[in-house]
Amino acid sequence: MTKKLLSGDEAVARGAWEAGCHLAAAYPGTPSTEILETLSTYNDVYCEWSTNEKVALEVALGASISGARALAAMKHVGLNVAADPFFSAAYIGARGGLVIITADDPGLHSSQNEQDNRYYGLMARIPVICPSDSQEARDYTMRAFDLSEEFNIPVLMRLTTRSAHSSSVVEVGERHDHPVKGYEKQITRTMVLPAFAKILHADLEKRLDRVREWNEKCDLNRIEAGSRLGIITDGVAYQYAREVFPAASFLKLGMVWPFPVDLVRRFAATVEELIVIEEIDPFIETQVRALNPSSVTGQPSKITGKDKLPRTDELSPCVLRSSLESATAKLQTPNSESSALDVRRSTLPELPKRPPALCPGCPHTGIFWGLQKQKLIIGGDIGCYTLGGLPPHSAMDTCIDMGASVSFAHGCDKALGKTDPRRRVAFIGDSTFFHSGITGLINTVYNQSNVVTIISDNRTTGMTGHQNHPGTGQTLMGNVGHVIKPEEIAKACGVKNVVVVDPYKVKETRKVMREILAKDEPAVIINRRACALHIKLHNPPYKVDPEKCTGCKTCITLGCPALSWEKVQGSTGSRVQAPEPEPSTPGTPEPRSLARITEDICVGCGMCADVCPQEAISRSASAELQTPKSETGSKP
Amino acid sequence: MFDTRRSALGVRRLAFGIRRLAFVVRRLELPMNIMVCGVGGQGVILFSNIISELALTAGLDVKKSEVHGMAQRGGSVTSHIRFAPKVYSPLIEEGTADIIVAFEMLEAVRFSYFLSPSGRLIYDPHRIDPLPVTTGAVERPTDEWLEQQLAARVGKRGLPAENGDCTAANPMSRSEGLSPFSASAGDSSLIRVPAFQAALKLGNSRVQNTVMLGAISVYLDFPEPAYRDAIQRLVKPKVVDLNLKAFSAGRALCKL
Repeated sequence: MTKKLLSGDEAVARGAWEAGCHLAAAYPGTPSTEILETLSTYNDVYCEWSTNEKVALEVALGASISGARALAAMKHVGLNVAADPFFSAAYIGARGGLVIITADDPGLHSSQNEQDNRYYGLMARIPVICPSDSQEARDYTMRAFDLSEEFNIPVLMRLTTRSAHSSSVVEVGERHDHPVKGYEKQITRTMVLPAFAKILHADLEKRLDRVREWNEKCDLNRIEAGSRLGIITDGVAYQYAREVFPAASFLKLGMVWPFPVDLVRRFAATVEELIVIEEIDPFIETQVRALNPSSVTGQPSKITGKDKLPRTDELSPCVLRSSLESATAKLQTPNSESSALDVRRSTLPELPKRPPALCPGCPHTGIFWGLQKQKLIIGGDIGCYTLGGLPPHSAMDTCIDMGASVSFAHGCDKALGKTDPRRRVAFIGDSTFFHSGITGLINTVYNQSNVVTIISDNRTTGMTGHQNHPGTGQTLMGNVGHVIKPEEIAKACGVKNVVVVDPYKVKETRKVMREILAKDEPAVIINRRACALHIKLHNPPYKVDPEKCTGCKTCITLGCPALSWEKVQGSTGSRVQAPEPEPSTPGTPEPRSLARITEDICVGCGMCADVCPQEAISRSASAELQTPKSETGSKP
Repeated sequence: MFDTRRSALGVRRLAFGIRRLAFVVRRLELPMNIMVCGVGGQGVILFSNIISELALTAGLDVKKSEVHGMAQRGGSVTSHIRFAPKVYSPLIEEGTADIIVAFEMLEAVRFSYFLSPSGRLIYDPHRIDPLPVTTGAVERPTDEWLEQQLAARVGKRGLPAENGDCTAANPMSRSEGLSPFSASAGDSSLIRVPAFQAALKLGNSRVQNTVMLGAISVYLDFPEPAYRDAIQRLVKPKVVDLNLKAFSAGRALCKL
């Protein structure tokens, strides 16, 4: 046994590899992305970035039906996309072990909601297991494959951002090979037709009864005996609770559904007071309260849960201390004066916030500049470019879910018709377009709205850390295949007006866009430039000529972090609200307030020089430019 | 409680020794909490990986927590590192960080409330202005003002418990000089390390993180060769030499 420091995601990959997983499919999504990135570095496992989570789960199910061990990984909202095959998979069962990883995001570090996917298990009738650290992530993944095959049922494993992205020590082993069992035709199991599905549903409930029985005694759940205060918990919440209540008795649930009823009753009988500690929804608590353990055992007298603990955001030891003040005080646990901690935090002076920002040289920046201050309703989508909805870009109205930009714009167009002069626009990234934008685009053509769809094609899946997708033609296994071009898809969908623009030619892009927006017909604009971060664009920096700069702020409205607008005097440290930048008002000089370029982060894209009305921004003539491979291509 | 009136001097000393020993033992079991903060792209994560690997090599339980994703795009980035014989929570609690390492001064102030009253704050005076500042929406805090804030946070150390600062009364918080992991290289608790400037002098601002690694190495108990070994294992081969130089530069900046 060797010890390694692995993140939860890396540990899942390790566990899958050791368990003899044959196939893994995923669509990148924080905090789940690193599972497939890591697993693809091991031999003997076929890995792919599928076009979306539904496809990924169907691919994994295909492998499982063929008798192979298969894994599908996704972020929590990805399971919404994959919900359809998820429910069918429960009926069909798992000939080869089928493990589905959902990486939930309490605290919304990088997501649109905080949904608690443990409910998916309950709803689809699929067992749910929740590791609390990386060792468990590896161990439980291996157990999940065994369980899945033993009980002929898919297994859902729920990570959270904290367990997925925290690293801890893992004892690892070697791979155990499980030969692929092979495909056997059995339509009563693999065709969920009403007649067959009716039988499969009854069979599923029987399988679940067996899992529940097994879960009563299995070692995924453990009791740690301590004081008369009993804590029932799962996932990373266990680690926080263990820190805050070192003396308490613990029932740590590894498999939270099917719920181990007798185990919980047994545990409840040994304590005087129960606290259920879990993140987001009262999933365990509801089931504990439904048992009404006090009526069975005479104790405990009291159950505490979401009446004290927050239903939103991540937990932390601090949150536990402040929410469960009375319990911590009674036990005299360390650091109990939590209210004083709040004082400590509140004594911090107000500081400028640091919201995430688009990178210097970001190709989305160029097209956002062209969209500003126009009479448009812009349906946004999910990716780095979602930041375009915020100032100074302010070039987006919605962020709903993957692919919603196009369908939103269509719905908006149908509802408003000619009553609203604002043109309806959809803004979607390349990877998101392949994920679920295409069906929406076909719908706009079929149902005849004149939505203008902008596909901002930065040649990669940027937000999640540069994964390949159908538009790059390169696969996760390193094979090079056909490059699928969004413009060809757009044309094939029936859009006649398709143009490709270069966002680094900012003004020209705006001109082309205005022409298209003026015409009353559907159109697709492909905004093509490789992600500057991905290709590591690093051209010599630009400079602002202080003699020519009038402080008009036109360049500032690009929202490039390398550009700043500086008052030459008057910095006292007191943060007073300065007036909002007034874009597009060239020639209104403000003395002693000039644009400046931070040279060590400028990547030399030249967008600011392109928009500067005074031609005050330039690069020194001797500068050597990066080779043109950076222009549009993907990373070699 | 110990009754001095009925005790000989030797007994008092013995009792003191036992109490002190008990404290050290308890302290040994408490995790060492290191918080690293900066801005996306500054190398916070590589820095944290190296420290965590060192603790793992030293046979300790280690937990390291950070969040990837949206914050990478120029947002605030923090990493929590905890090591001890056994660590539960991957998150450091407010007011309990033994060391905060900040790669950017605004971020140093932003996360300074995590510092333990006996903790050390190592910061680079380097500035990366956030978007609200660069666009002129918010006034830029001056360097002087930020450094005053840092001094004020660290100045809270050693306050008696009745002063109302819970962390001083907190049995989890450390007494000065008793930490088994922190060396006594100077008694300063606020350490200014111009790592970005040092990295520029070495010809690549991206090794700022390794300069900071050199700086923190002076205050941790891991042997120096272990750092160099970890650098060789964890950075790309073609920049190993540069990083080793940056590490030495960081150490030189902090050695008295």
